[in-house]
Amino acid sequence: MPASRSTKIALYLYGVLAIVILYLPLVSVGFASVSRARYLSFPIKRYSTEWYARALESPTVADLVTTSLKVAIIVTIVSMVIGFFGALAFARYHWRYRGTFQKLILLPIFFPQTVLGLALLMWFNSVGIIPTWKTAVVAHLVWIAPIATLIIAIRAYSFDPALEEAARDMGASTFLILREITLPLLMPGIVAAGLFAFLLSWGNFPLSLFTTGADSTLPEWLYAKMVSGYSPLVPTVGIMSVVGSFCILILAFAMTWLLRKARNNRPKGADNDTGG
Amino acid sequence: MERLDRRLGFFSALPLAMLLAVAFLAPLLVIAVFSVMPQRVFSLFNAPDFSAYRVFFQQGYYGPLAWSLGMALVSTIVLFLISWPLAYGMAKVFGRFTLVLTVAVVMSLFVSENIRLFGWVLTLMKGGLVEGHFRALTGVGFESPLYNVPIIVFGLVYVYFPFMLFPLAQGIAMVPDDARQAAADLGASRWRVLWEIELPLAAPGIVVGCLLSFVLATGALAESKLLGGQSVIVIADEIETAFTYGQNWPLGSALSMVLILIIGALAIVAVTRIDLDTIMGRRR
Repeated sequence: MPASRSTKIALYLYGVLAIVILYLPLVSVGFASVSRARYLSFPIKRYSTEWYARALESPTVADLVTTSLKVAIIVTIVSMVIGFFGALAFARYHWRYRGTFQKLILLPIFFPQTVLGLALLMWFNSVGIIPTWKTAVVAHLVWIAPIATLIIAIRAYSFDPALEEAARDMGASTFLILREITLPLLMPGIVAAGLFAFLLSWGNFPLSLFTTGADSTLPEWLYAKMVSGYSPLVPTVGIMSVVGSFCILILAFAMTWLLRKARNNRPKGADNDTGG
Repeated sequence: MERLDRRLGFFSALPLAMLLAVAFLAPLLVIAVFSVMPQRVFSLFNAPDFSAYRVFFQQGYYGPLAWSLGMALVSTIVLFLISWPLAYGMAKVFGRFTLVLTVAVVMSLFVSENIRLFGWVLTLMKGGLVEGHFRALTGVGFESPLYNVPIIVFGLVYVYFPFMLFPLAQGIAMVPDDARQAAADLGASRWRVLWEIELPLAAPGIVVGCLLSFVLATGALAESKLLGGQSVIVIADEIETAFTYGQNWPLGSALSMVLILIIGALAIVAVTRIDLDTIMGRRR
């Protein structure tokens, strides 16, 4: 029962509309960021990049970027490592509590992040840890490491365990198999998970809100400014943060594309990727 | 081989399981313990005291809870209705456009939710993108739709859209074309096919999508603060106030516990419904 032509067109239009609505607020923020006036009102009469210059000079913004970067980089590395092993336990090995483990991983993803942040704040307080950006790393990990695990697990599902078994039959140790077979085969998944981890941590606000203590990440500072009075720096810094993440995304896509191209140019047979 | 698999599985699960035990399960336990502590006590060793839960009923904290649950319910229903056609398109109609749509939706997730909500404030406020241009063109302005309940629901729908869309698309993809074709051949109307074939067969995706968006929307805070301008106080807001300004940890914990119990029950129902091996495509 294929959809009729008019239904198809309507569905396509609906899809385009969804994308437009999804990104409309960013268009507003974009316009606001290049408005010259201190008090924003549309239509914008005079454009200037003055606020960008100010944001770049501001030591506060530099501090916020440093904190956010520190958190995001550590979260990325740790999630990739934990996610790699987690994904093997999740998808590859048959062990007793695999089902329970799979469901345990989903719970933090299903949990409202604001409440999770508050719970962690209380937990840190009751064991005597003073919240700083380091505790925010832990908070981000609770949510991001499971997501990284799921992404790597998708890759782990699609690889053939016979490859590992063959290596074992030929006498390879468990460590050697992990290093020479499992790790290279899961690499695309691990890279994708790292990308997700970085971007989700960079943009995360509800988990940082209660767990950074005196430090502040970029989204947190933006929220504080949004709630307590408008500053012309808010749209500017917001757009800079968004452009930063999109640059990283585009860079990642470009690298994948180049790598694939380079691999395809190699003579046949050199490529032992099973795909996925 | 079997035994090795078991051991390897256990050891590889260890890092993540430890992380979640220390930083997810333990904090929830601490909240449960604090919720039965007397007020203005900041240590864990006291006789239990359920007064914080009494305060919950006496001081009308069920109001904010009802608002949170009500708005979450409405936004979930709206989300289901608007996502269904799109999810259907992604699963059955769009070819390459599915990929475009997926990338576009996932990329929007990487933008901090408060920046996106702030963008809506700039779009919808008086003198914002919509009203400002409308007035410049026609000379007549109109009132901004911001700062009331419907706009909060709109914010929830906007932010949690991906969490409904993807599970739904996954669910609809599980409906075999043969079943729909057969029903249609036997003379079932379009609506009958939807009601008796598509909805029941896509049920796993529907349940997961609805529970996920409901649970996340119940605990949401930024939507009501940024778009709603405090016109309604939601439960997450009350919890925050109790912990920060109020310095009343037992009350904050009791409020969190009520929320956690509701959310936890729903989340567990959802999680047990998901068969990850099938969804994520196990080979064997």
